Order: sequence, then structure tokens, then C-alpha cells
Amino acid sequence: MQKKKTFWKRYGLLVITGLGVGAAAVLLTALGNPANMGFCIACFLRDIAGALNFQRAGFDAQVGSGIVQYVRPEIIGLVLGSTIIALIRREFKPKGGSSPMLRFVIAVFVMIGALVFLGCPLRMVIRIGGGDLNAVVGLAGFVIGILIGILFLRRGFSLRRAYKQSMAEGLAFPVLMAVLLVLLLVRPGFLAFSAKGPGSMAAPILSALLAALVVGVLAQRSRLCMVGGIRDAVLFRDFHLISAFGAILAAVLAGNLILGKFHLGLADQPIAHMEALWNLLGMVLVGWGSVLLGGCPLRQLILAGEGNTDSAVTVTGFIVGAAVAHNFGLASSAAGIGTGPVAVAVGSGLVVLAAVSVANMQKLEG
Amino acid sequence: MVDARGYSCPTPVILVQKAVKSGAPAMLEVAVDNWCSVENVTRFAQNAGYTVSVEDFEGDFKLTLTK
Repeated sequence: MQKKKTFWKRYGLLVITGLGVGAAAVLLTALGNPANMGFCIACFLRDIAGALNFQRAGFDAQVGSGIVQYVRPEIIGLVLGSTIIALIRREFKPKGGSSPMLRFVIAVFVMIGALVFLGCPLRMVIRIGGGDLNAVVGLAGFVIGILIGILFLRRGFSLRRAYKQSMAEGLAFPVLMAVLLVLLLVRPGFLAFSAKGPGSMAAPILSALLAALVVGVLAQRSRLCMVGGIRDAVLFRDFHLISAFGAILAAVLAGNLILGKFHLGLADQPIAHMEALWNLLGMVLVGWGSVLLGGCPLRQLILAGEGNTDSAVTVTGFIVGAAVAHNFGLASSAAGIGTGPVAVAVGSGLVVLAAVSVANMQKLEG
Repeated sequence: MVDARGYSCPTPVILVQKAVKSGAPAMLEVAVDNWCSVENVTRFAQNAGYTVSVEDFEGDFKLTLTK
């Protein structure tokens, strides 16, 4: 009995968060989001980059839009959910200044890696839960990337300290998200919304926003992080965060089995491709870069919501990375990948991450 | 005292791990600036056999680890 209580106290909130994220992902897909994309931070930031016309991938002159342009309320809800609960619990602490420019650069390559694979770590788990075996290849790359990152953490890698910032600086990003929500509701002509493709597939705004607000609150409270789970298990033999990883997978798997959406295999998976090498290397970039950043893309949104402006800069880097990926033909699609440019970009990304890792090894002083 | 204020995850825990490994002190003070790090350091310290108490410290947090 005592043991059970301890387990619940240790893992309860994370397991609930994981189940909540998984359930929300399945639900939002049933309500209209693209398949195996109920919740994907990389995809949704990419769509926001599209709505702002930073990229117009697959532009069709006849319908006047690209295929991945939409202001995803899920992103807004995650950030604002985190901000609201952090303010209530007095955990909203504006801080920043921990190598913001390096974080920006790392974030650009993390996003390129994610769009080569076609998903952030969260969508990777959701894809596995849908039976997409290409995502298992991605998971292998993700783990390799995290292990490389850990090698540098053990040798004193750090992007150095952050410092206290003003309330205005900390609130800037959440306020931007609130403005984006207003723009989504008003739909002014200067924003672009896909008429076809994944960007045109969306759950109703209110349900997406509410689901994301709930997940945002839970993720802020539980510190959910897809990278942290594997990192802490290896680094500290701490299996706290990785429990949520399992919970998300279990929830998505159960949901897909109930709804008859589970299709095991490599071929014909929704918004995926079968280029194993690039699925692997794309996620190496994501895993390694995320360890350097201190958290996965989802975690960066939550931290940005808590007033961490380094994470806000990181999210900005993700959005720019998405635009770069689509404007230079680096992002994959169900049709496959553009091997030449992708090889150059992924190769450059690995070199950049190595350089940043080596340059920031230091004798850590407490 | 280990001053881990301003460091992002997981550096505060790594600093504590290093301090614990180098001589397993009976008492160790750690300063962090966010509640997430309080939780992470506490979890690590408890797994390493320490009792942890938390107090306010110049608007941040000070953890006292005792064995």
C-alpha cells in the first residue's frame, strides 16, 4: 500500500499529463486535425510560419494558398495555459540571457531536422502510437542524438547562466501569442490560410484551444519533456520524466485501436516518408539540439510561457527554421525528400551542433 | 554552497551530482532560481540518500541537503 502511494505521488501528475496529451492528440485528430498530427509542435509552428507568409510551401495559384498555412490555436493554448498557471502559482519569473543567439541557431537546425523527419518528438511518439514504423527509426535517431548531447553535458557543456529580466520582457512572448489568437479569430486578409493540404485540416478553434490550455497547464505543472525523459534516465538513472513518454504512447495507441486508426507498417503512413537514413539523421539533430537547449520543442513553449525569454527566442528560431526548411526545399512530404539539399542542411546542422557543443564545454563552477 | 542559479536543466542537477561524487559531504547547500530545479535537485538528492529542506533565498531558493 505504502509503495503504491509513493508511486502515485512520484509519477501521478506526469502519467495524467501524458495520458491527457495522448487523449487530446487522438481527439483533435478525430475533430479534424491531420492524421497522427493531433498535437505536433514542429508542424504547428510551421503552419503558423505559413499563416504569416514566411513560407508558402506547395503554393497553388488557383486556390491562392500553400498547403501548410494556419494559425494553430494549439500553440497559443499551450503557451497561455503555462502563463496562466505560472502566474497563479507565482512561478512566472522573467529571465533570459543564456546564449540567446546560439539558442536561436540551434533551434533553426532542430526545426529543420524535425521537418526532414516530419514531426517533433511528440509527433514521433504519436506516429509510433498510430503504427508508423518510420517513427521507430526516428526514435532510434532521437536516442542517438540525446546520447551525443549527454556526452557533452558530462564534459561540462552549458549555455551559461540566465539572469532576471523585466516583467515586460517576460510577458512579451505570451502577449504575442494572445495577439495571434485575436488575429486567428478576426482572420485579416494579410494572413494566409490553406485551402487544401494538412494546413486546411483543423479541429474547431475552441476545442483545439481548450485542449491545449489544459495540456499547457498540466505540462507546466509536471515539467513534461520528451527529451528530458530519456536524458534523465541515462544521466541520473531517474525515470521520472520518461513515465510520461510511456503514458502518451499508451493513450495514443489505445485511442487509435478503439477508433480503428492503428495501421502497423512502413508504407502509406499519413504525412510520412520511408527514407530511413533521413528519418534517423533528422531526429539525431532534434535529439542532440534539444539536449543542448535543455528541453524538447513542447517544453520550450511551456518555458516561454513562464517568462523564460531564452525559450521565447528558441521558439522564434523554430519558426524561422520552418520557413528556411520550406523555402529551401528541405522539408519532407509524403512524396519523399529532396535528397541533395537535405543532405547539405542536415550535414551542416550536425557540424554546427558539434561546434556549439565543443565551444561551450567549460569547467562548471557552482 | 553550490550556486546553480540561472542554469537551465539539467545543469543544476549535474553540479549537485559532481559535488556529491567528490567526497559525499554530509551537508550541502544548493541555490537555484526556479521551482523546476528545486524539484529536480530534490529528487536526485533523495535518491542519493539525502534529506532535503527548502527555504527562501534572496527571492530564489536554497536547498539544504543533509545525510
